Amino acid sequence: MKDKRIFLIGLLVSIVVAVVVAQFASPNPDGLEFVAEEQGFAETATDHRLADSPLADYGENLTDNAWLNTAVAGFIGTLATLAVGYGLFWLARRSNRTASQAP
Amino acid sequence: MHIPDGFINGATSAGFGVAAAGGLGAAIKQTGKYLSERQVPLAGLVAAFVFAAQMVNFPVSIGVSGHLLGGVLAAVLVGPWAAFVVLSVVLIVQGFVFADGGLSALGLNIINMGLIGAVGGYWIYRVLLRFLPKDARGVTLAAGIAAGIAVPLAAMGFLVQYMIGGTATVPLGTVFTALLGTHILIGIGEGVITALVVGAVVRNRPDLVYGAPDYAGERTEVLV
Repeated sequence: MKDKRIFLIGLLVSIVVAVVVAQFASPNPDGLEFVAEEQGFAETATDHRLADSPLADYGENLTDNAWLNTAVAGFIGTLATLAVGYGLFWLARRSNRTASQAP
Repeated sequence: MHIPDGFINGATSAGFGVAAAGGLGAAIKQTGKYLSERQVPLAGLVAAFVFAAQMVNFPVSIGVSGHLLGGVLAAVLVGPWAAFVVLSVVLIVQGFVFADGGLSALGLNIINMGLIGAVGGYWIYRVLLRFLPKDARGVTLAAGIAAGIAVPLAAMGFLVQYMIGGTATVPLGTVFTALLGTHILIGIGEGVITALVVGAVVRNRPDLVYGAPDYAGERTEVLV
């Protein structure tokens, strides 16, 4: 398989996971949240500084349609992560090449 | 797994923030030494996949869920330092776009998932691979087991942070027991998912898998 094909398949799988599979995610607290609640220190958490942003909690309050909220959040998040990751790795490679070319 | 703001005091969070920023800088530098041009999009893709997979909480016990950490998965595919970058990118996007994981806790989370989960997990993977066949099955098995161990280990990172700067007064011992119990269960899910994904890639393209004996690219010498 060509690299380009692998990339496209991987991207498709990632989007399907974030948009479709994530719809079936367990709504229960994760390990740390559960322990914090059970042990009684969950209330020491303070509000997230960006709690009012449109995509906070994966778009929970974006529309009245929970399916759509998760789908939009998953799609945007996957592409945003790809873009930031691609950018950082591109920079990592570039900075190294510049350094090795220096006299 | 994501620590919110408030669990750990400001001074401790800031200290880990400085450590994480330094670690990310070093990881980017190390990654630049071995990552080839054609690997750049694939490394970005690994970050996107880890983000996607982290959205899917799976049930581990009554009332408790867990989600993929992805540290060993990323490290076996693109190398431990690129995996540190991957986890940092995922945590930055989650924290700044989705208000998931406290912004003051970003350094705490990067150290737990990027340094312990990915770099530490990769070290466990390499140790395990010494005792396993150097083929796709050995790589798959080693990745799965290392991933399973890396999750409770990353949770222990939180325990250390709680010990240093926890704002609650709950005794360390009870937090330890509860944390270890739930994260061993989550680790089983982590191991299965990691083995499935790494197995699928290494069977088809072992030349692309950093941690595989048949890897065709360069490796960094900094870590085992």
